[in-house]
Amino acid sequence: MSAQTLGTDAAQNPFDDGALADGHWHDAKHNRKGFFTDTSICIGCKACEVACKEWNHNPQDGTFELLGSSYDNTGSLGANTWRHVAFIEQDSERIEQARESGRKLVNLGMPTVRPRTDETSGAQPLDGALGAAAEGRTSAGLPTTPELGVDLLAPGALEPTDPDDFTGVDTTPPDTADFRWLMSSDVCKHCTHAGCLDVCPTGALFRTEFDTVVVQNDVCNGCGTCVAGCPFGVIERRDDGTINTPTDRDDRKAADMDVPDKGTANKCTLCYDRLVDGQEPACAQTCPTQSIKFGDRADMVDQAHERVAELHKKGLTEARLYGANPNDGVGGTGSVFLILDEPEVYGLPPDPRVPTKDLPKMYANAGIAALGMIAAAGLSFLGSRRS
Amino acid sequence: MSTSEYDSYRPPEPEGGRRKRRRGGRPGGGRGAGGRPGQGWKNRGADGNREMPMVEDVEFSSYYGRPIVKAPPWGNEIGLYLFLGGLAGGSSLLGLGAQLSDRPRLRIASRLTAMTATAVGGAALVADLGRPERFLNMMRVFKVSSPMSLGTWILSGFGVGSGVLTAIEVDRLTGEKVLPLGPLRRVLHALETPVAIESALFATPLAAYTGALLGDTAVPTWNAAGRNGLSYVFVASASMAAGGAGMALAPVRETGPARLLALTGAAGEMVAMERMKKGMHPAEVDPLEDGEPGRKLDRAEKLLIAGAIGTAVAEVGTRVFAKKMAPRAGTPGSGVLSAVAGAMGSVNGHAASGKRSWKTRAVLRGLSVVSGAALAAASAYTRFGVLEAGIESTKDPRHVVEPQRARLEERRAAGIIDDSITTGR
Repeated sequence: MSAQTLGTDAAQNPFDDGALADGHWHDAKHNRKGFFTDTSICIGCKACEVACKEWNHNPQDGTFELLGSSYDNTGSLGANTWRHVAFIEQDSERIEQARESGRKLVNLGMPTVRPRTDETSGAQPLDGALGAAAEGRTSAGLPTTPELGVDLLAPGALEPTDPDDFTGVDTTPPDTADFRWLMSSDVCKHCTHAGCLDVCPTGALFRTEFDTVVVQNDVCNGCGTCVAGCPFGVIERRDDGTINTPTDRDDRKAADMDVPDKGTANKCTLCYDRLVDGQEPACAQTCPTQSIKFGDRADMVDQAHERVAELHKKGLTEARLYGANPNDGVGGTGSVFLILDEPEVYGLPPDPRVPTKDLPKMYANAGIAALGMIAAAGLSFLGSRRS
Repeated sequence: MSTSEYDSYRPPEPEGGRRKRRRGGRPGGGRGAGGRPGQGWKNRGADGNREMPMVEDVEFSSYYGRPIVKAPPWGNEIGLYLFLGGLAGGSSLLGLGAQLSDRPRLRIASRLTAMTATAVGGAALVADLGRPERFLNMMRVFKVSSPMSLGTWILSGFGVGSGVLTAIEVDRLTGEKVLPLGPLRRVLHALETPVAIESALFATPLAAYTGALLGDTAVPTWNAAGRNGLSYVFVASASMAAGGAGMALAPVRETGPARLLALTGAAGEMVAMERMKKGMHPAEVDPLEDGEPGRKLDRAEKLLIAGAIGTAVAEVGTRVFAKKMAPRAGTPGSGVLSAVAGAMGSVNGHAASGKRSWKTRAVLRGLSVVSGAALAAASAYTRFGVLEAGIESTKDPRHVVEPQRARLEERRAAGIIDDSITTGR
């Protein structure tokens, strides 16, 4: 559901339970804001991580150890890490799997999408060792390296006459047939139905006029309920300023530093302080490839749909959207992602559901249980009446 | 193939290679990524030929095996509170019943237990906050969508009633002389029944809401447990704990209801736990059975069975020897000393009902104390076990991904294809 439709729905039907339950603003002057993180053009520079840390004065995370997970030494999102770039290295088999699972996803109840056409029509044979290697691979039935379309080493190739004319350039993300690197900048999803917000007992978490979810650190008393309420494992209580990375050792300690908002829950605010001043979030502004896009959530979703269609047209059926569906377990996310494999590969849950959805049933259970307990106590006294 | 003198040390070659390990045995559960032929390197050395990779093979792709959801920062304080909250709720019910059925020792013991448990439990809750000095911020809002918020109000409502009842009991125990109440004393004592009822009204929600509190999370084991009746387990556990505490602290001839409540609770917990586990995905049940939480729940079950048998024997014994247990005609009022002695659980003060009977009574009393303590301990182990199992379940992404994949596939198989967070277009 886009911000506009959400607004009009609410105007027509003030008892739209989804909106009411989550405290969405109905007469906000702003449209719902959000990110579209297009991981197909992420280069893994981590500028977003740095910009986020700088702007939000987030303390050190971990003990600067190498985590042994490709170039990811940050670990995960947490109290002090509000942008986290994941690095995944995949071989040809995994690429083919991702492509296949993506194709299945596209074909769910729909006409089939053809596999990449540029392969079936036959790529130009490559010369030399590269060509031999490519031919050697064909026995495994693997896709061949897509043509670049332009010879970058040819004189003048890097100075196109018309800078806007990219028709001749193959903009397929740089993947080879037998290896690829997935890089994805993860962030708080700013869910339509936010678990953290629902379960917060102090009202420290609130829905802003931009339809984002923000913690008031001067109100939060650090009860930790929101940490358990988030189906994406985003929000966390800032205890000592460091996360426990897998390689923590006794002889490495985080440096002494000034840790703001200690003992309270912390997470991405979608740079609320910048938004109220008409700025865009630090990560989006700094992203050199515009992998992180920021804007009205409706526009972001539209762009996401266009981009995924574009990639599918090129045969990259592994491309899929994450969070763009208003019918999913969290009502769609404010931060929409384009990912190139199953969500769990990136450490994202494959079918997240806001726990509050189960709450009415749980309250009913608790009510029956409570009545049962009264009955048990009453019967116990009746059963041991003294004559 | 070369041979060497060390070959005999090798374990025999497995037939047909290493078998794929399947833990979540539900169709459509895992994605089965671990056993593919291409992942052979993960299985290298399985025959003992060389060093094996130390990382467990996984049934699905994960991000370096890192957790997907985070465990809340809830430590032993919360486990203690889960136990004490239930104990307080159940004890308050026993207290009201004891008041209405004229069982003064049980009444005093239950009310003091309820107050102590409430105070310690509340303190534990505050201690577990990141900013304990801000605990009153809980009272800023009343939020139905937050079981923690509801629980705060339930605990507060319960605590008020419990506090007044405790004041009344303390005033009585001190011969209505020590507390400087003046004319308010009559008001205070007139409030006893209404306040006892108020307290009892909050008592069962206090015992039951913690099921929703743990259930209303993204922690896989808790959420699945909550959807499958964790509240039933918890109220049963609370009944058992309160019954056990009553048995341990009040004289045998007054604790008939406590024994029955404890037995009902024990049976209820066994049944509810079994049913709960049946409804959960295997990957969500595992943390309840493996590791330290599994050991705690195992201990809980053993203590529960032992305590229940002891309680049943005590109940039968009390009924068989009913005459010996009967108080002397004209039971004295609640004198300070005898009341305190009764509340403290010492052997019945009016021991004049016959020399032959004191042995019987002592045996039954001893059995009652031991069984009651065992049942209360079983309840505590259950709470700690469930709490820790949930925290454990966040550590391995398997517990998150497998059930989610399974329910997604289930919906897709049922033709529902419009509610996935991952979309192809």
